Amino acid sequence: MLSIERKEYLEKKARVIRKDIIEMIYNAQSGHPGGSYSLADVMAVLYFHDLNVDPKNPKGLNRDRVVLSKGHAAPVWYATLAEAGFFPKEELSHLRQINSLLQGHPCINIPGVDITTGSLGLGLSASCGIAIGAKMTGRDNVRVYAIIGDGEQGEGQIWEAAMAAAHFKLDNLTAILDRNWYQNDGPTETSLKLEPLHDKWESFGWNVIDIDGHNLNQIDSAFCMARETKNKPTMIIANTVKGKGTSYMLDQPGLHYTPPTKEQMELTLKELGF
Amino acid sequence: MRWNYRDALGEAFAVIGEEFKDLAVVTADVSKSTRSIKFKERYPERFFSVGIAEANAVGISAGISTFGGPVIFTAYSVFATEKPFEQIRNMLCYPKLNVKIVATHGGINVGEDGVTHQAIEDVAIMRAIPNMKVVVVADPGEVLAALRAVVKMPGPVFLRLARAETEVLHEDANLVNFEIGKAEVMREGTDVTLIGMGMMVWESIKAAKLLEKEGISARVINIRTVKPIDVEEIVKAANETGCIVTAEDHNCYGGLGSAVAEVLAKHAPVPMEQVALMDTFAESGECDLLLEKYGLTDKKIVERALLAIQRKK
Repeated sequence: MLSIERKEYLEKKARVIRKDIIEMIYNAQSGHPGGSYSLADVMAVLYFHDLNVDPKNPKGLNRDRVVLSKGHAAPVWYATLAEAGFFPKEELSHLRQINSLLQGHPCINIPGVDITTGSLGLGLSASCGIAIGAKMTGRDNVRVYAIIGDGEQGEGQIWEAAMAAAHFKLDNLTAILDRNWYQNDGPTETSLKLEPLHDKWESFGWNVIDIDGHNLNQIDSAFCMARETKNKPTMIIANTVKGKGTSYMLDQPGLHYTPPTKEQMELTLKELGF
Repeated sequence: MRWNYRDALGEAFAVIGEEFKDLAVVTADVSKSTRSIKFKERYPERFFSVGIAEANAVGISAGISTFGGPVIFTAYSVFATEKPFEQIRNMLCYPKLNVKIVATHGGINVGEDGVTHQAIEDVAIMRAIPNMKVVVVADPGEVLAALRAVVKMPGPVFLRLARAETEVLHEDANLVNFEIGKAEVMREGTDVTLIGMGMMVWESIKAAKLLEKEGISARVINIRTVKPIDVEEIVKAANETGCIVTAEDHNCYGGLGSAVAEVLAKHAPVPMEQVALMDTFAESGECDLLLEKYGLTDKKIVERALLAIQRKK
């Protein structure tokens, strides 16, 4: 259970992350706002409460690792990394611009990014590899967090990795499934039926925890439970809302790629309390 | 003396596992046929068989490599390069991760297993990816030296081996000086240069001997590295012999012939002829009969060499 002060601190971080996302996508006039907003609370708890990383030493050998397998949500990761101090906030205003650090999808030149992503389905495999590498090199305290999308579950490689993680007993691996129910073409269950996701992951040998992905206490306690789980990887199914934290995105269910207008950005900033 | 590429690879795995203490090997249910089982027997804590899941194997290799040591992903070339092509592009080559694709079963010399198992586009597609290097060993005798050079080279490298038993051209593996980016001149000559890749180096040497009987002096080059290719040696050969024949167990597009043609067109335009699969799949069959039927032989190289020489004037 988070203390009241801690919870307020993390709520504030999530608000700042959401502010930075809307501003950077407005600036770039391209990017993925909906799937970034659904992850803002998870990212706030992960980076400002649970993760063992040092922004001043981003390549430290015993750090925890994060892989954003749903790489199109790069804005939420960039906003979080900048807020945590991995690189100057100034960089956010150059998102997706030529000669800039922040590529449209995450690449390893960016401080805090260990695995290049953007092609869906690949990140969970790489996360398994990192978890295997941590065990192989005797770094028992290193934890790997793989953030995957729900639409991404359609990729066969996800299930190859699901089998491998259980087979190799990767209890140092925690996956977070951003269950926002929408993908590019519309509702996930219309594009390709995914449910029952909980049962699927459980049958693949994972420890599965369902949470409200916007409830900071639930997010933190899921991370704690994952750390205590031995001999199997943990899947946290974070039930989220695409565009959570805005009214304009909520009015357009499943908003995936469209950048905001100036009015929509200003309205959002007001709603967020800025 | 004849030997098998894969047995040579098995011995090489055992040796380099000792030389590179942080090397890990990943495979996809082919540890016996790639002989990576020799690595598993000695270094089980650094060996990972991930089942029949090549895309995942590439991702796992990428992840392990982030701890700093080199990683080898080994499988048949069709499944090691063509099935997970996009994973290799986006997960290995774009971020320049230190993962090596060591592929057996390159070319139609695979034989009886047929078209699905005969990689004839692998060199072309690996060559097309930025940051990827492409190395092809000529014979079992240079497998150890090639593997050592590949593991030492930072970043992604594709190493292609054939399957068939073939003539050993490098008898003492410890004397082989294998440098990535450098071709090896196997035989001097003045009238034509035969540039071979993989098994076709031996066919080129045999072709040179046949040409010698006709009074024609043929130079033979073992290309070794298709990317980066040895521009200097190719240009020298073009200038000194006036025409070139390339020979590869691979489709005619995008492989050795294309790579050499790119060099000649820019630096030394001379007549060039190609021995390769002429944009066709092969079929099942005994290796020697397949090579004969699809024109990957010393006789075919001789025929093309005579044509190239004729075109010189």
